[in-house]
Amino acid sequence: MSGSAPIIASTHPNDGLLRADRFPHILCPGCGIGTVIHCYVDAMAASGLALSDHACVSGIGCSGRAAGYVNVDSYHTTHGRALPFALGIAVYKPGMRVTVISGDGDLAAIGGNHLIHAARRNVDLTVICINNFNYGMTGGQAGPTSPRGSVASTAPEGVHDRPFVLPDLVRAAGASMVSRWTVLHVRQLRDAILRGMQKRGFCFIEALSPCPTNFGRANDLGDGMAEMEVYRERCELADGTPGYDALDIDLTDHTRPILVGDFLDIERTPYQPVGEHTA
Amino acid sequence: MAEPAPGRRPMDLDRARTTRGTVHVIPERCKECGFCVGYCPEDVLAFSADSNAKGYHYPVLASGREDACVHCGFCNLICPELAIFTTELADDAGGTTS
Repeated sequence: MSGSAPIIASTHPNDGLLRADRFPHILCPGCGIGTVIHCYVDAMAASGLALSDHACVSGIGCSGRAAGYVNVDSYHTTHGRALPFALGIAVYKPGMRVTVISGDGDLAAIGGNHLIHAARRNVDLTVICINNFNYGMTGGQAGPTSPRGSVASTAPEGVHDRPFVLPDLVRAAGASMVSRWTVLHVRQLRDAILRGMQKRGFCFIEALSPCPTNFGRANDLGDGMAEMEVYRERCELADGTPGYDALDIDLTDHTRPILVGDFLDIERTPYQPVGEHTA
Repeated sequence: MAEPAPGRRPMDLDRARTTRGTVHVIPERCKECGFCVGYCPEDVLAFSADSNAKGYHYPVLASGREDACVHCGFCNLICPELAIFTTELADDAGGTTS
């Protein structure tokens, strides 16, 4: 099974962008949040801007740990309030590239109103929503993005509710750029994050991620690699801007594609309610 | 490299150079998720026989594929732990033309 040893290294080329002394991080084996952090720091390096020009804000949950692992000004905020904190930075420091990395529960449930209103106002933010379809950190409870029929610790008979389809939600609310990729589509995800950093306005990127410890185990999806295989087999590149029904995800129906792609990229005036500050 | 389908042969195929890479691994960061081993397009990687301090089998070079890395960088970008990366080998270190 095993072959010869590769070159053993002690540091990674991207360690300067991370708080590498905190690695390995707390996230489970097979979780995709680390991959999203990796794509974010790679996009940050490709942006050509100094680290002092970037800020990272996250809320609460597994994805909320992201801000603690990147070597830029970062906020680990209260639950659901990553967007108001980020809005404050974006309004006061218009030159700063503010990125929000948080989970579906934090952004769409507890912070759901902040999400739609930040999109409505077209605040100059890049929002990376790591969607793992449940509340992973607290034990796999059902959330607003849990697909219908999926089993969760608070929905042992399966979720009956109609879920949020986040790209459709923020597009309708007024976002400038909307993409959806999975953590398997690392190059597309990295490029979408980079475009979001370069673009003025509300840029929303949904990153579908495996959660083998809770969502995967409850739904017999197997380990992280098995859920990645689901993405590999079922993801299809969307043409244009699909609506709710096309973007809705049913992980049990293997005949339905999971649509990914860059759905929307338009120019709208970004939110700037006050004059530019130099502080 | 396999010969492209008829009519799909790139005009510069004779001159195109396939990059060659070297794999670097940080074993203590690895959590054995298997993404790099599973999605390496050249099947360069396999799991180690021994394990790191936390008991995970980290990636090593698969037997027979030691020189097959093409420095695409996919293992690097998909690794959630930033535990693997590749560097490009210089031309004189064995870079091949296809």
